[in-house]
Amino acid sequence: MHISVTAEHIFNIFSWPVSNTMLTAWMAILLVVPAAYFATRKMQMVPGKLQNFFEVLIESLFGLVEGFMGDRKSALKFFPLAATFFIFILVTNWMGLLPGFGSIGFYEHEKLVPIFRATNADLNTTLGLAMLAVVVVQISGIMTLGLFRYGKKFINFKSPMGFFVGILELISEIAKIISFSFRLFGSVLAGEILLTVIAFLVPYIVPLPFMGLEIFIGGVQALVFMLLFTVFTKMAITEMEH
Amino acid sequence: MPELKFLAIAIAVGLGAIGAGLGIGKIVSQAIESTGRNPEMHGKIFNMMILGAALTEALAIYALVMALMMFFE
Repeated sequence: MHISVTAEHIFNIFSWPVSNTMLTAWMAILLVVPAAYFATRKMQMVPGKLQNFFEVLIESLFGLVEGFMGDRKSALKFFPLAATFFIFILVTNWMGLLPGFGSIGFYEHEKLVPIFRATNADLNTTLGLAMLAVVVVQISGIMTLGLFRYGKKFINFKSPMGFFVGILELISEIAKIISFSFRLFGSVLAGEILLTVIAFLVPYIVPLPFMGLEIFIGGVQALVFMLLFTVFTKMAITEMEH
Repeated sequence: MPELKFLAIAIAVGLGAIGAGLGIGKIVSQAIESTGRNPEMHGKIFNMMILGAALTEALAIYALVMALMMFFE
């Protein structure tokens, strides 16, 4: 039984190391981008199957985001990134459950190195997504409110209490990066380890409910990432009232 | 003493699980009660319940990740 917390390095492209989680991410991109291209190529009023599928997806996601953002205009501004987070995390989480991911590989120093692995089981990926989300939230706050009105949330000299609360807000922004990344990383890694251990103990029938659990958790984590990003954006672009 | 490492790992995961269990239990019980009072809001209440449960579960996952790092150190 082989469990690895870090992603294993497979090969190099001109001295850039490529890990097995990166390969899965590229496969997810190769899956989603052509599907989206073909779905929007010749759009018809009565949609064909692929266009219909994407329309259902986009409409339900947009309903969620608009519900949290309040009005349609700001929902339209932030919807593309939020939906991208959802689709990327969902596709990579569910791809990690397919047969062959985590099992097909080569032997190196008597340890099995899988060629493909779930992308979010790598702290690098989730940290990158988390930093992107938090930086975009800050930028949207600054772009909407202006640097001084947005900065007043963090640095205000009105009273010693206000100053302290500003420092806490600053620390809480950094904690958001950690919480985003570790929530996603921990869920996917713990799911992988759970499936490995259960398949090791009882290979027949018993892993089925755990696969169901993993499918559910993969979907929920994608939804939570998108909704939290939406909520933080809404909080950043809303003027603080006293 | 290397045996203390296993004790530390087990205590970390156990305490994390206690916190998450209490939190998620309270969230779900409130969701069920408010659905009983107002059945037409069931969809919205369910969405908020899933969101709240995922946020609470994240704290137990922090404890799990720390325990995993201790285990494979």
